[in-house]
Amino acid sequence: MRTLDHILGEIPLFEGLEPDQVNLIAGCGGNVRFAEEQMLFREGDAADTFFLIRHGTVAIETFVPVSGAVTIETVEAGDVVGWSWLFAPYRWHFDARALTVVRATAFDGACLRDKCAADPALGYQLMSRFAQLLVERMQWMRLRLLDVYGDSARR
Amino acid sequence: MTALAAEATAPLTPRPFRVTRRRRETADTWTLELSPLGGAALAAQPGQFTMLYAFGVGEVPISSSGGASDTLVHTVRAVGAVSAAICAAAPGSLIGVRGPFGNCWPLEEARGRDLVIVGGGIGLAPLRGAIYAALNDRGAYANVVVLVGSRTPADLLFTREYERWRRGGIDVQVTVDSARSEWRGKVGVVGQLVANADFDPEEAVCLLCGPEVMMRYTALALIDRHVPAEQIHVSLERNMRCALGHCGHCQLGPTLICRDGPVYSYAEAARLTAVREL
Repeated sequence: MRTLDHILGEIPLFEGLEPDQVNLIAGCGGNVRFAEEQMLFREGDAADTFFLIRHGTVAIETFVPVSGAVTIETVEAGDVVGWSWLFAPYRWHFDARALTVVRATAFDGACLRDKCAADPALGYQLMSRFAQLLVERMQWMRLRLLDVYGDSARR
Repeated sequence: MTALAAEATAPLTPRPFRVTRRRRETADTWTLELSPLGGAALAAQPGQFTMLYAFGVGEVPISSSGGASDTLVHTVRAVGAVSAAICAAAPGSLIGVRGPFGNCWPLEEARGRDLVIVGGGIGLAPLRGAIYAALNDRGAYANVVVLVGSRTPADLLFTREYERWRRGGIDVQVTVDSARSEWRGKVGVVGQLVANADFDPEEAVCLLCGPEVMMRYTALALIDRHVPAEQIHVSLERNMRCALGHCGHCQLGPTLICRDGPVYSYAEAARLTAVREL
């Protein structure tokens, strides 16, 4: 049976980390499963976890009065859901809902923050990797703000 | 008029075509099939465009959305007076056609290799002929991947055809920029699909069509996966008028898009579009 640190070692987010660092991170994680339509978390709740999706699709949503729930983006296997656990006030800004059966590894944010505070090298590695993730998502999000299929669309 | 003069003006004279079929794709987009009233059929290759003339309204360049057959197929989005008039042309009515013009998608270059087709919004229409070319000769290519993006689920083109493409051995992935929670598919820009698409970057030939910004960021995502820029092809659009390389309206630096394009390698297109004043 493959252990969690073996699985994490093959995930791009943790690629290149020292085995003892992967081991430390794995110590804060555990496998979880969500049924289709089940919520991973809700806007406003305490953000004490992040999820590494291993199977399935998760929709990041927000509720718009009158319109109803709007999907902001979808996240799939290999991607991370949640970064609010890293930054005060540690509250979710959006809802996350399983569009399919989702299998993921859930990491305890407080546990990871404590380990990062005790081990600055690990903290730097994790922060760099999440910053890269944030930048990538933000850059694609900026492109969506351009609404390129609007007036500039081809005939 | 002398025979010489008649020959010289012919490319500027629209031939009358009858609308034989009209199918609604989205709220503002229609696919029209056209047959000539007389004379030879007009076969546009995937990637080429024609000038469509709505009589009494005006003329616009529209890419072919059909395969290499005798039936001329165009998918048109109603964004102005002319394109709206073309979209409103019911079966039996007449439309003027000049062309076909321009070069076509380099499908020969892709034979034996992976083919990646990325269409954003109405940009999927000029790629539809290339998709059918791959589907009808599926054994000639390795992996064929079609990545489709649009503003919302309601704006997706050719949705009735995706299942047929998939059954034919094409990996079709769809994403939209924005959706209500009822949408079960992906939400994100089409360029984000590149990272996990199944193709060999060193060998793949990539065809991109859509808004220029979308093509640029998709090309950069392909380059991030180490696809050489020479193997990425984009369809550019400027203000095509004469479509013969005479009027200069579609000039982009040293090139006239109607004559030398509309399909360019990204290596060349990146140089052309990097000049902000052009």
